[in-house]
Amino acid sequence: MINKVVFGAEEAVRDIGDNAVLMLGGFGLCGIPENCIHALLKKGIKGLTCISNNAGVDDFGIGLLLKTRQVKKMISSYVGENAEFERQLLSGELEVELIPQGTLAERIRAGGAGIPAFFTPAGVGTEVATGKEVREFHGKKYLLEAWLRADFSIVKAWKGDTTGNLVYRGTARNFNPMMATAGKITIAEVEELVPVGELDPNYIHTPGIYVQRIFQGKNYEKRIEQRTLSK
Amino acid sequence: MLDKTGIAKRIAKEVKDGMYINLGIGIPTLVANYIPTSLNVVLQSENGLLGIGPFPTEQEVDPDLINAGKQTITMMPGSALFSSAESFAMIRGGHVDLTILGAMEVSENGDIANWKVPGKMVKGMGGAMDLVASAKHIIVAMQHCSKEGASKLLRQCTLPITGIRCVKKIVSDLAVLDVLPEGGFKLLERAPGVTVTEIQQATAGKLIIEGEIPEMVF
Repeated sequence: MINKVVFGAEEAVRDIGDNAVLMLGGFGLCGIPENCIHALLKKGIKGLTCISNNAGVDDFGIGLLLKTRQVKKMISSYVGENAEFERQLLSGELEVELIPQGTLAERIRAGGAGIPAFFTPAGVGTEVATGKEVREFHGKKYLLEAWLRADFSIVKAWKGDTTGNLVYRGTARNFNPMMATAGKITIAEVEELVPVGELDPNYIHTPGIYVQRIFQGKNYEKRIEQRTLSK
Repeated sequence: MLDKTGIAKRIAKEVKDGMYINLGIGIPTLVANYIPTSLNVVLQSENGLLGIGPFPTEQEVDPDLINAGKQTITMMPGSALFSSAESFAMIRGGHVDLTILGAMEVSENGDIANWKVPGKMVKGMGGAMDLVASAKHIIVAMQHCSKEGASKLLRQCTLPITGIRCVKKIVSDLAVLDVLPEGGFKLLERAPGVTVTEIQQATAGKLIIEGEIPEMVF
């Protein structure tokens, strides 16, 4: 089997340069590639376009890259948990494209699956429809939406093997599987890297063909945004 | 007049056995607490789970298990996990039976506005536009009027809309109303202690009143 293991986050992001278009997995702070985000922070590259459902919080996740002004544009569905984000948006330092969450997920899926565009009902009659083709099918209106692809997709999985097969855990799966398919280069960081043959092929979520680089991350914080307990 | 809990309790009465349900953030999340245990329903979380369970104990907290409001949760036996693309495929594909969500405004033809207030910080629509565009049945939980007393049940929405002609039913702090396909809010029930006149005064859109309007029963 092809070996895709790199030494760590710094090696994995070595050729990501200024103005790159990145996809970063995660929903809120759940399932985000913590190690690679820290490596991008350290590398100091600028002008990034980040496609990610959310923008992290002030001091964690993509919020860290916003603080250092490494991000030029965010493409997201919900960005409400971040005060620095708000400041940069209102001052015009940061560009933001807001996309309905299902449309965002499907545009990424389409990008990886070789479907350049598709019709969806989400956003018909709203400002999301501005400038987009509307077509009627079976008496209902739909918007034409284009695929999304990235220079680099950076995903986080629970387990992975040396040839890039991935397994996610819980709701940390979210956007990671589609993003893994839509990057020219896909980098996977995993909590546990195992030898080929150890993962049951029946339970692989992302087949290794989509992954170019994989490494075992370290010091996962897995911060919780809303710790809610039963009474 | 109902408080938030009261609205959630009344909406829970709309839930039927065998339903797959998506609950929005806020009052809709509270509805889960009042669904009778005799009913078998499955709650969908758009970040990739069918079978949301109760909030966890301190020992059960798992950072890899959250709901769409980013709260820690547990899973019911028989749950299924999936990606966001799969999640919205089941939403757009009409497989979710009932969507319950909040609103800032609803118009008499069923348009809903709940994602953006111009001039204020724009946080994004999240999954709301996908949900309202595709759901078979949408119930809105909302306050009938703003804090300043202005009606939120309008002829036309004044805020940027989330979806068109999609709301079927509203449970507010004052009333239960159907949004008719031909337009208009049909008054079905009054909240305890609220008069028809008070509801009329609080509704700017077309209000349809036929016969005696009963008080809600819990």
